[in-house]
Amino acid sequence: MLSLKRDKKEEEDGGGNPFNNLEKSTVLQEARTFNETPINPRKCGNILTKVLYIINQGESIGQTEATEAFFAMTKLFQSKDPILRRLVYLGIKEMSKIAQDVIIVTSSLMKDMTGKEDQFRGPAIRALCSVTDHSMLQSIERYMKQAIVDKVPAVSSAALVSALHLGKGSQEVIKRWVNEAQEAVNSDNVMVQFHALGLLYHIRKTDKLAVNKLVSKFSKQSLKSPYAYCLLIRIAAKLIEEEDAGSESPMFDFIESCLRHKSEMVIYEAAHAIVQLKNTTAKDLAPAVSVLQLFCSSPKPTLRFAAVRTLNKAYELMLNVLKLLVAIKHPAAVTACNLDLENLITDVNRSIATLAITTLLKTGNESSVDRLMKQISTFMSEISDEFKIVVVQAIRSLCSKFPRKHNVLMTFLAQMLRDEGGFDYKKEIVDCIITTIEDNVEAKEAGLAHLCEFIEDCEHTVLATKILHLLGREGPRTPSPSKYIRFIYNRVILENAAVRAAAVSAIAKFGAHCDDLLNSCVVLLERCQLDTDDEVRDRATFYVNVLKQKQKALSSAYILNGLQVSVVGLERALHQYTLEPSEAPFDLKSVPLATQPIAEQKVRDVPGEVPSSKPTQDKVAASRQDVYQEQLAQVPELANLGALFKSSSPVEVTESETEYYVQCIKHTFNNYIVFQFDCTNTLNDQQLERVTVEMEPAEGFEVIKYIPCPLLTYNKPGTTYTLVRLPSEPTQVTGTFACVLKFLVKDCDPQTGEPDEDGYDDEYVLEDVEVSVADHVQKVMKPNFAASWEEVGPENELEDTYALSNMSTLEEAITNIIQYIGLQPCERSDKVPEGKSAHTLYLAGVFRGGHDALVRAKLALDTSGVTMQLTVRSTDPHVSEVLATAVA
Amino acid sequence: MNFNLLRASIDTRRHVKTINMDGGLLEPSPYSIKAITILDNDGNRLLAKYYDETFPTAKEQKAFEKNLFNKTHRANAEIIMFEGLTCVYKSNVDLFFYVVGSSMENELILASVLHAFYDSISQILRKNVEKRALLDNLDAVFLAADELCDQGIILEADSNAIVQKVAIRNEDIPLGEQTMAQITAKYGQQVSAATDRVLQSAKDQIKWSLLK
Repeated sequence: MLSLKRDKKEEEDGGGNPFNNLEKSTVLQEARTFNETPINPRKCGNILTKVLYIINQGESIGQTEATEAFFAMTKLFQSKDPILRRLVYLGIKEMSKIAQDVIIVTSSLMKDMTGKEDQFRGPAIRALCSVTDHSMLQSIERYMKQAIVDKVPAVSSAALVSALHLGKGSQEVIKRWVNEAQEAVNSDNVMVQFHALGLLYHIRKTDKLAVNKLVSKFSKQSLKSPYAYCLLIRIAAKLIEEEDAGSESPMFDFIESCLRHKSEMVIYEAAHAIVQLKNTTAKDLAPAVSVLQLFCSSPKPTLRFAAVRTLNKAYELMLNVLKLLVAIKHPAAVTACNLDLENLITDVNRSIATLAITTLLKTGNESSVDRLMKQISTFMSEISDEFKIVVVQAIRSLCSKFPRKHNVLMTFLAQMLRDEGGFDYKKEIVDCIITTIEDNVEAKEAGLAHLCEFIEDCEHTVLATKILHLLGREGPRTPSPSKYIRFIYNRVILENAAVRAAAVSAIAKFGAHCDDLLNSCVVLLERCQLDTDDEVRDRATFYVNVLKQKQKALSSAYILNGLQVSVVGLERALHQYTLEPSEAPFDLKSVPLATQPIAEQKVRDVPGEVPSSKPTQDKVAASRQDVYQEQLAQVPELANLGALFKSSSPVEVTESETEYYVQCIKHTFNNYIVFQFDCTNTLNDQQLERVTVEMEPAEGFEVIKYIPCPLLTYNKPGTTYTLVRLPSEPTQVTGTFACVLKFLVKDCDPQTGEPDEDGYDDEYVLEDVEVSVADHVQKVMKPNFAASWEEVGPENELEDTYALSNMSTLEEAITNIIQYIGLQPCERSDKVPEGKSAHTLYLAGVFRGGHDALVRAKLALDTSGVTMQLTVRSTDPHVSEVLATAVA
Repeated sequence: MNFNLLRASIDTRRHVKTINMDGGLLEPSPYSIKAITILDNDGNRLLAKYYDETFPTAKEQKAFEKNLFNKTHRANAEIIMFEGLTCVYKSNVDLFFYVVGSSMENELILASVLHAFYDSISQILRKNVEKRALLDNLDAVFLAADELCDQGIILEADSNAIVQKVAIRNEDIPLGEQTMAQITAKYGQQVSAATDRVLQSAKDQIKWSLLK
């Protein structure tokens, strides 16, 4: 045994591989042998193989070296040895991308291409096309046309495939080969048929009508090649998709008929296409599903009798089927399949079993959850991270679908957290737990406990800090907050600086929120003041000093509610401040606030979407305002309005299919509003100049300046701005503006875009633009509303009661209130627990000018509608007044 | 050891991509193969052909092969979703054959290419599908790969046709053109080489049966 092992070792050291320790320079040196006469085919073949091998290993060869080797290689055309000649073709193809003057071999290759040796002709054509550029294409065109219709299949295939490669560059020449391609589709050889169809489609794909004809022609005349069938199915599916047609399309009939083809490949392609089509109904889907169902169950006798090889193939089929079913958007049709899936959940191939279970989880009902989770937990350790993430995503959707099952699911997630796994996998679990905690109050304590346990042994700093932040936010509001402090303080002792800092912040939040824990927290924080890391020490010192003041307002402002300005904005403002030093201290209120990324939670509910797009989306939402700020600063007339307070989302002020398409964005500054009109000219025979939007201001508002868009050509968006001063009366903030688009029209040639000399003035009436209270406030999330409520104090409090008679549900009332007032709902108070008839909505934000604004709306539902008691607190009396009247 | 573990976890972290279960429709195109490769039982490349820009540099290609090998060399599942690609594979003794396509590609098409590839190599190596034999016939293997797939388009999917096109060298030099000495040298060599080969393959077989 020992000697065997040693023997193996020696072999691994390269004894077994004669190509192992090849040096590029030596091999290229050896290639000079090619110049010797007479040629020794075996020896040269060997050397050429070595050259191919080192290229294949990814060794990079310089241009001079390659050119030298290439020219040596051309000498080998003198030998008639078939293997050697074929290796030369391979060499030419590899070198054609690196070496210079490769067209030198054209004539040799053309000789082979038209020669008597059938064996050489196909490969010679392919090699020729790799050295040919478009200028040369003309000279070989005649031969290519002949080759396409050649009776030797290999030649015909080679020509067709090469034509496809050449067609990637320019369509022009190969377009002329359409008749030959047409003829080749009728070939008896399956591959020629496939390649010819590919070429034919490539030539015609821009002409929809021609493609339509192509499909209907070949769907009637039965093709031999399964590959050609698959291609035809894809073309047909694309047509259906483009025409937005459903099952009534003749194309669909064709795809459906392919479900009865004899080749599994074609049946599967057809079923795949049907399932992927957008407009399919359950009825259209049924035949596809039943075929897939057959795939699911057919291998079972084979499983019992056949050899391993067949077995693997069966798995593969089932895997395909399952993948389709998971992707399916028609659960009703899938239910029919569930019985077959049940048989697969104990499958030996874990990938298949996992897919089967997750499919069942997504389509099944609440009662089956326990059993399936138990089944899947038996082999979680055996499947790859990719599939584990699929499982976690399935669980996430389950958590929101069956909130009562949170116990089972949470335990399962906790178990998964403890097991081995990469960062993405762990992150997915943690995200899943966090969403569940946020959505489901009952799951909160269990979830937090699991997360606490997880950070005890967590190697990912990002996840640890994320969880500590969550603990700081949610922990203080649980019935027994003290039990979390131990977990958090352990991090202070054991972890790296980033995690320690996060832990310090979390402890401070407990201290700020829970009076009875305040003293203990201060003691812990004082110990952290001796930390080795600056950041941790600084944070601890800061928090200790704030907490020792024992003022609710201070703790709320500096500990519980973090920084609410946009980070990019702050950076810019600070930079500006350092450039122009002044006596006055830096004013944080001049910094634009961070916009709440609204879409964040919603996206989470759709598992299986392409996850990579999510982070980018959030990022855009968060920095949209910063982008606007930058844009506005580019316009000299608007540069000195101060910091941008808020930008509204775009509102269309025209119908989308009219002559001119205009969108309006309102940018609120301290004393001004800038209306940004993004205009698009949809007429290709007009060019607009000096475009402005004239506005009829509401009372108190005053139009200061119009900044025209100098030129608006066809389909190129342009922007014009209107600057309006806000009324001096602080409570007068709303108004309606009538808008007219004014411009100078010049007719122009639709083709060239060349405008006439003279133009005429014209105008176009736009819809009115409303300025509402919501435009003057910025949403700010106050994690702890009660503390903030106390922080602002009752000084400017206003209270009023309204009867909202036209609202029939609490949800409807809440949506409307948020829309009118434009503040951020806090503490998830925008969600009404089921079956409640009374609810309190908490809203928070900042009014233009940097005044904090808080609204508490107590809602009660009775027979006559919704009654609301609205209480507004603010740091400015006028603001309270404005907000209190916003709903009225 | 700990350090190694950590490294491993970092590696997986970088390469885990979530599978997009929603296949979507494929653009109709005869280009269906992204790569074919043969690796040895240490995951080293013996042959690799990449047909598009999914992995533009040799470094990325090798990293992909390494990871793919690590994922597949123990399980005999024949198909895997990996880094957002569908890979079908097959192994024998110390060789691993892979065919890679887009995750939306018809798996049966990929499998048919894999089987054509494997079967033609198997015929070329006279059923002796292992690394040593493969390296001895590397020229024919390169040619077979070239006949199988041309820049991503399946050129021929019938293994018999591929073997026929490759036309492996039988006794190609006519006897008349050789000197007696050459012949004795050659056949003597061949006889001893043949004995060696038989012994070696017997040895290999015993070894593998012991190691398994």
